[in-house]
Amino acid sequence: MTDLFSINIVVLLASLISASTPILLAATGELVAERAGVLNLGVEGMMITGAACGFIVSVHTGSPAIGFIAAAAGGTAMSALFALLTQCALANHVASGLALTLFGLGLSALLGQGYVGVKPPPTGNLELPILSDLPVLGPALFSQDIVSYLALALVIAVWLALARSRSGLILRAVGENHNAAHALGYRVVRVRVLAILFGGGCAGLGGAYISLIRVPQWTDGMTAGAGWIALAIVVFSSWKAGRVLLGAWLFGGITVLQLNLQAAGIAIPVEYLSMSPYLITILVLVILSADNSNAPASLGRIFHAPR
Amino acid sequence: MLLLERRPQPSRFWIYSTPLLAIAITMISGGALFALLGENPVEAVLAIFWEPVFGEFSFYHRPQILIKSGPLVLIAIGLSLGFRAGIWNIGAEGQYIIGALTGAAVGLAFYPMSGWFIFPLMVVSGAMGGILWASIPAFLRTRFGANEILVSLMLVYVAEQILAKMALGPLRNPDGHGFPGSRNFQNYPSAHNAELIAGTGIHLGIAAALVSVMFAHVLFSKHILGYRIRLSGEAPRAARFAGVGTSRIVFFCLCTSGALAGLAGLFEVSGPSGQVNIDFNTGYGFTAIIVAFLGRLHPVGILFAGLLMGLTYIGGETAETRLGLPSASIQIFQGMLLFYLLAVDVLSNYRIRVKPPKTRSSA
Repeated sequence: MTDLFSINIVVLLASLISASTPILLAATGELVAERAGVLNLGVEGMMITGAACGFIVSVHTGSPAIGFIAAAAGGTAMSALFALLTQCALANHVASGLALTLFGLGLSALLGQGYVGVKPPPTGNLELPILSDLPVLGPALFSQDIVSYLALALVIAVWLALARSRSGLILRAVGENHNAAHALGYRVVRVRVLAILFGGGCAGLGGAYISLIRVPQWTDGMTAGAGWIALAIVVFSSWKAGRVLLGAWLFGGITVLQLNLQAAGIAIPVEYLSMSPYLITILVLVILSADNSNAPASLGRIFHAPR
Repeated sequence: MLLLERRPQPSRFWIYSTPLLAIAITMISGGALFALLGENPVEAVLAIFWEPVFGEFSFYHRPQILIKSGPLVLIAIGLSLGFRAGIWNIGAEGQYIIGALTGAAVGLAFYPMSGWFIFPLMVVSGAMGGILWASIPAFLRTRFGANEILVSLMLVYVAEQILAKMALGPLRNPDGHGFPGSRNFQNYPSAHNAELIAGTGIHLGIAAALVSVMFAHVLFSKHILGYRIRLSGEAPRAARFAGVGTSRIVFFCLCTSGALAGLAGLFEVSGPSGQVNIDFNTGYGFTAIIVAFLGRLHPVGILFAGLLMGLTYIGGETAETRLGLPSASIQIFQGMLLFYLLAVDVLSNYRIRVKPPKTRSSA
């Protein structure tokens, strides 16, 4: 007898937010990079590096906060390599991104050696006063860990910056037409490098969220495609910050639901449930790819200043 | 100040020298990495690149290098077709798994019958499995415009789950006392991909890799299809005006690389690996991406690159057992190689000019 009713909706909602946070962080960073015209396929590599850096540093310092800072630094350092390749050596974006992912998987495995089975210091939940006392929504929405709130704040900040600020306008101009932006006197390469570094930092944070809060332990390749799903979510969002949030919640929901179904012992084999997030990603790509008119026009194109 | 100046045409000299330069830089920084880990860098680099080929136990290592290189070359040849056309199949790992599964399933279905036709049937169904898996991103891209990079990669995770299901379920050895994994093909001569010449490590998969190199070379240098593939990669607009069917190129490139990856999987499962098991796949599909780039997407180049990559696998194992280097360091080595390759590639397309800094009049 399957035990579907044992799935508690409040717990489900709470873990949905937690499951979507890593993808949300990584996708937000990638969104900024892609709006600047950079297609960085190395998200998975930056995430796993961040996961390893964050884990190791927080185990040694005993502080999750320092761990997250280290994770952001690790992700940024990886993305600096990507920036060097694509912006200075003018290498192909797709190939460089793949290189970043392969390198990141190896590097994190090397770094994380000897940390298998170690427990990281716990990150406490932040219970918002009053709000967390609300009957159903309180425990579900307002007593999460602090990083989940920061991720939400980050999405809003990115949305505001892209849509409402002058620097956001410049960034979008660089992504839409790098030659025109260059002619107007904007530093195309500088803008892109900054966008790449921001994306790397976010991906690193997302990775550390997995290794420090979501799992929390270290295993090789533990991001398990979350970086690639983040890339898919950017396509899903048609390059809009608000819809990134929607996409991340959708995938968080599917992940949590399939995990709960596994735990409830439903008659579907575990393997089929585990593959569902990936299948849904494909499905969503199929449905939403027909119209990619919103894609930044210079996405993935190499800029070489004409003179 | 250094300036990059686009060359009218890629430099022939640098096209051939950049892979060698990248290998040299990788060795140097790999040595530095090992020094950081507290090893003698020269000894470590020698253990990886010299020992397996010329060292004391080379009689054992050389066949192993071929066994590793075979699938890498086979998969990379397929990938190079797509990469040249700007079609990025990065899910070769999934096609490799599915090819191995379908091929092995056919072989196991005939157990314990013996017959000459069993192995050829397995080969065909292995290729079909790879084609099937690769045709999914091809169809979704041509019909719905879905990005083939993401779709093919997602399918790797799906294939891994199917592999786990099969190894624990339908394909599990009924006489295996409940252990996961299928029957071992080494005990089933009609379905075993045995060594062609004993002691050399050469099995049918390695022969197939060589044949694929030849076919790819003819395709690119003599056949109109190879020209069209290159055209759609280098000048997509021109290709469309010239009447090159984009969908057909997408299907051809993805399905061919799927077939080759599926074949690689089948030859591996029925030969060196011997059985379907949960951890059967070892990342050849991803390493083959490095091989394809290192070989500059050229069939002959890929052959050499595959041999070198096979060497790093075996060399990594020697370094691991002899010097106690961590096994992940070889992965870093391979990733670094691709990095440097992409970085030094700038030399073949651009000239570096040194210019004195001018007083800036405008930003």
